[in-house]
Amino acid sequence: MAVITYREALNQALREEMERDESVFLMGEEVGEYDGAYKVSKGLLDHFDGNEWRVRDTPIAENGFAAIGVGAAMAGLRPIVEFMTFNFSLLAFDAVVNSAAKIHQMSGGQFNVPIVFRGPGGAAIQLAAQHSQVPDAWYSHVPGLKVVAPATPKDAKGLLKSAVRDDDPVVMIEGELLYNIKGEVPEEEYLVPIGKAEVKREGTDLTIVAHSKMVHQALQAADTLEEKHDLRAEVVDLRTLRPLDIDTVLESVRKTNRVVVVEEGWPQGGIGAQVADDVQREAFDWLDAPVARVAGLDVPMPYARNLEKQVFPDAKHVVRAAEHVCYLDQD
Amino acid sequence: MATKSEKKTKADPKEEADLLGLDEEELRRLLRLMMLGRRFEEKAAEAYQTGKIGGFCHLYMGQEAVAAGAITPLRDDDHVITAYRDHVQAIVRGIDPKAVMAELYGRVDGCSKGQGGSMHMFDRSLNFMGGHAIVGSHVPIAAGVGYAIRYRGGDQVCLCLFGDSVVNGGPFHEAFNMAAKFELPVVYVCENNSYGMGTDISRVAAVEDLADRACAYENMASYSVDGMDVLAVRGAVQEAIDRAREEHLPAFIEAHCYRYMGHSMADPAHGTYRSREEVEEHRQDDPILTFRRRLIDAGVVSEEDYDAMDREVIEEVEQAAEFAEQSPKPDFGDIYEYVYSGEYPDIDRRDAWR
Repeated sequence: MAVITYREALNQALREEMERDESVFLMGEEVGEYDGAYKVSKGLLDHFDGNEWRVRDTPIAENGFAAIGVGAAMAGLRPIVEFMTFNFSLLAFDAVVNSAAKIHQMSGGQFNVPIVFRGPGGAAIQLAAQHSQVPDAWYSHVPGLKVVAPATPKDAKGLLKSAVRDDDPVVMIEGELLYNIKGEVPEEEYLVPIGKAEVKREGTDLTIVAHSKMVHQALQAADTLEEKHDLRAEVVDLRTLRPLDIDTVLESVRKTNRVVVVEEGWPQGGIGAQVADDVQREAFDWLDAPVARVAGLDVPMPYARNLEKQVFPDAKHVVRAAEHVCYLDQD
Repeated sequence: MATKSEKKTKADPKEEADLLGLDEEELRRLLRLMMLGRRFEEKAAEAYQTGKIGGFCHLYMGQEAVAAGAITPLRDDDHVITAYRDHVQAIVRGIDPKAVMAELYGRVDGCSKGQGGSMHMFDRSLNFMGGHAIVGSHVPIAAGVGYAIRYRGGDQVCLCLFGDSVVNGGPFHEAFNMAAKFELPVVYVCENNSYGMGTDISRVAAVEDLADRACAYENMASYSVDGMDVLAVRGAVQEAIDRAREEHLPAFIEAHCYRYMGHSMADPAHGTYRSREEVEEHRQDDPILTFRRRLIDAGVVSEEDYDAMDREVIEEVEQAAEFAEQSPKPDFGDIYEYVYSGEYPDIDRRDAWR
């Protein structure tokens, strides 16, 4: 297996899907001539012979170009709409939520909208309140959408390819801080199915549920818990946020009886809130402690580095929550 | 001192002195479609008042010349997309009035299977792409349909109808900018009935002539026509369609029209924002009666023909209502059927005590 970055994995997925299917095209700000704001689309315009219909640079008009994607999808193409960051997708919320997510049902199943909305979500470093938001819960709230948020290069490539081939709108939330991470990616063609979580580390003493960037914090916390307390934490990477693969979570919980749910976003109405609800309803008798949640702090992201570090959830917060569900923080 | 830039491509529609050269059959078809639209909406109003139709119900009386004039020049493989005042556009495009009425009744034989209702008529077989109810949202969607046409190298066009309120919003300008720059074959028709709900457009638009808005964009032809005159609309739209088909360029047509009813069935026809006299005055300029007179004068139809046609369309909408009444209600067991196009595991996991 080749070791490549998350960014390269996404680039390969784009290239391969656009080669495989001529109806697939990419549009967004800076995706063509500039090679992508985060270089995810590097080289694609050249690779497709400078054909601007395949790799379309747009003006800074998120609602407009996202809705153009919706119209093109209704007419049978498979657009991939890149948001430079998901913060800007709020300007396109109408196109994604009012149009893409609704048209299949509103038309009685006559028109489907096979489109991918993708780009980075979440905080990077000191980008302040308007550039550090986590859109995971916003989009996963909406029936009609599918939402994926991969943590590794392998999942990023496999999920993007599945998203492109899906007949419904898929929101793919990448991580700006994940673009440079490296990981093994199969040389041969593969897909990662939408709607399937994956156990990233097996364990018996507690379950840590996470997605995207937080999978890495969870894995780091699991190492600490093993060193510090000889605890074996199982890490479940949700990978898809809608539909949630609760069965995989439940299977783990029935084994470990303790759960910590980790997410980067705000706590109220978060992904963790949904997981905790599903767990308490379907595995109440299996729990030895209340479900603990680790989330971003409930504030718009401040600029100052020392404050940002405290707002952003990390491995030490996960360790603290894990100790709590294992009753290791009791006097 | 700043000066107003010159209008770049504002075009004059062709002369229509000779009834646009349309044959008698086509002229009668235009008249009949408008009559059918009027009678359909009258029936819809009645059904709404008796509680058979729920929700918002935006009626079209007074504006029939726009739908009839704009949609009839399209080919079968062209596309139509419109706003929420969409019953008559759907019928003119060819959706059976029975299916439109059944949709209003929320029944399975509705053109959107009872899932869409008044504001969301769809018919894939006719490339009728909805019925969209967020003001302005479908204007860039239409550009996307145009994008797909160019992408495949086709010569189809997408016709997009919307109300005057749209021109003050962001999606309008985002769409026009990209449609013009990417050279997309989209013909935009603004049904300027003077009011966005109860607000006179002149109170909220910082431009007197809405057609000027389109002149800001290169490649965009802009027309202003009498939307109470079906042939004026048809002539301008035909010209814009030909240009879009041949040169892949978008156009904007402002059709000045008037709605007789309130914004929706929940609103009064006149009141704080316009007077009864104003509505009555515009009714004197009725698009159906004007066209009827014109065709009688030209010897295309007789008074008797007209009366017979009227009886025919009344019977047709009566049958549509009867059909809607008989059509089954959607089965709750299929509640998740249309959320996704494919299988979706666990969607009923959170049934919340249904």
